[in-house]
Amino acid sequence: MHEPVLSIRGLTKTYRGGTRALDNVDLDIRKGEIFALLGPNGAGKTTLIGAVCGLVRPTGGTIAAFGHDLARDWRAARARIGLVPQELSTDMFETVRRAVTYSQGLFGKRHDPARIEEILRGLSLWDKRDTQIRALSGGMKRRVLIAKALAHEPELLFLDEPTAGVDVELRKGMWDQIAALKERGVTIILTTHYIEEAEEMADRVGIIRGGRILMVDEKHAMMERLGTTEAVIDLSEPLAALPPAIAAFPVELAGEGMRLVYRGGSGAGGGAAEVARLTQALTRTGIAYTSLDIHDSSLEDIFVGLLGAQEVSA
Amino acid sequence: MHFNLRSAYAIYRREMARAFRTAFQSILSPVLTTSLYFVVFGSVIGARMEPVGGVPYGAFIIPGLLMLTLLGETTSNASFGIYMPRFTGTIYELLSAPVGVAETLAGFVGAAMTKGLILAAIILATARLFVDYEIAHPLFAAVYIMLVAASFALFGFILGIWADSFEKLGIIPLLILTPLTFLGGTFYSIRDLPAPWDAIALANPIAFLVSGLRWTFYDTADVPIALSLGLTLGFLALCTVVIAVIFRTGWRLRE
Repeated sequence: MHEPVLSIRGLTKTYRGGTRALDNVDLDIRKGEIFALLGPNGAGKTTLIGAVCGLVRPTGGTIAAFGHDLARDWRAARARIGLVPQELSTDMFETVRRAVTYSQGLFGKRHDPARIEEILRGLSLWDKRDTQIRALSGGMKRRVLIAKALAHEPELLFLDEPTAGVDVELRKGMWDQIAALKERGVTIILTTHYIEEAEEMADRVGIIRGGRILMVDEKHAMMERLGTTEAVIDLSEPLAALPPAIAAFPVELAGEGMRLVYRGGSGAGGGAAEVARLTQALTRTGIAYTSLDIHDSSLEDIFVGLLGAQEVSA
Repeated sequence: MHFNLRSAYAIYRREMARAFRTAFQSILSPVLTTSLYFVVFGSVIGARMEPVGGVPYGAFIIPGLLMLTLLGETTSNASFGIYMPRFTGTIYELLSAPVGVAETLAGFVGAAMTKGLILAAIILATARLFVDYEIAHPLFAAVYIMLVAASFALFGFILGIWADSFEKLGIIPLLILTPLTFLGGTFYSIRDLPAPWDAIALANPIAFLVSGLRWTFYDTADVPIALSLGLTLGFLALCTVVIAVIFRTGWRLRE
């Protein structure tokens, strides 16, 4: 295993006023991956990004990026990190090209018009290069922020809620652009509360809540570990009790005996095969059914389940 | 100690671009205000005034008026330069960049100094239209103007970090700098004030700055030039230390 691009140990942040935004966070980010930090509002996602990017002073713990301790070698580390903030904060009166040129210089890079053109073209902003940023739409402003963050060719890019306030069509476009960055070898950490987004893009997912990382895993492994298959079978005739032939399956009766609900298997797909065996058993037993609905649980179900379990234990 | 010249230059260029974008506000408006002073106090009233310390009244008020504009403009320019990014949120970029206090100051303060010098040159040229004057120590005058511009750019920078509203941003130049400059011997020599006002006037630090600049112009001063220079350098050092502490602790910059 390669040395992680970003290594966070025991990171804690308590704001003045006592709010504990981060609570002993440990996290390793692998080179070249897309990591989605998933959590509700106020979970600590933005604080975590801020602590790595120098916007927030950690109360405790260590952060190392590319082997540089951020407390000491912050210059070397920051030169290789890019940040696209959640808020659309840009210099409204600056033109797109000047704003991106500024970012390139600010991060200590030599002025490189060709590189800026490439970035702007890649984000479909080249036609707007001499337009003042205030005249752009929200989606374009977001892309300007991405262009600014890319101007110094970061190897690690933070995207804080990249698709917040972006409509569905543009969101797909944003996903494509993020995927293209990954192709170029950029490691990407994005925060989102759209589960769909994490599911679509991420290699690994970390779930954060109340400043704690509840779980980090490969997206597929997470689905496998926590995912289930649910099948709802509407019966022709009500059942008073489960017949012995199907009692062995993880099923229960619902809807006053008119409905069988199966929950089992895993995200790996074992559930579907078992549902097939269940329907055969029903047919053999002579139980007729009118409809069958089968689906795998999404990351969203996992998420809700995890947060629910937290609430119960808390 | 690292110093990234490209970063500092990027900040400098941006600040200069901002000034030219708002050329009316940052250059034309102070020039217009100062011209009005020259017309009224220099030409019209000045013609009826006795020379002060051997200097014709119209010429006498030039260093003070120059100081008035220089202090006000440099302070508000530098304070605005750092306050606006804090206000709009664009400061995230500066904070996340591999940029330290040295580059930040070189960029912001360098730009404020440049603007101060441009402004001073324009005001002096404008003054020439209304009154005749000779500068006794031109080189010294230029250095002194730069020192004052640097000091008050730093001061403005602190102000811009301290302020948490536009009101606070404007209050210091308006309520402190302008009155102190007016009372600091811009229109009269402090030595000519009746006791005890001559002594009280010397409690005003800006009187030392006006006097110092007047010395570089006409070789005549209310207080020794060494004192003026010492005070300016001391203020410069104080502001630098305060800013270094602000960056170290992240006060009002990093949560």
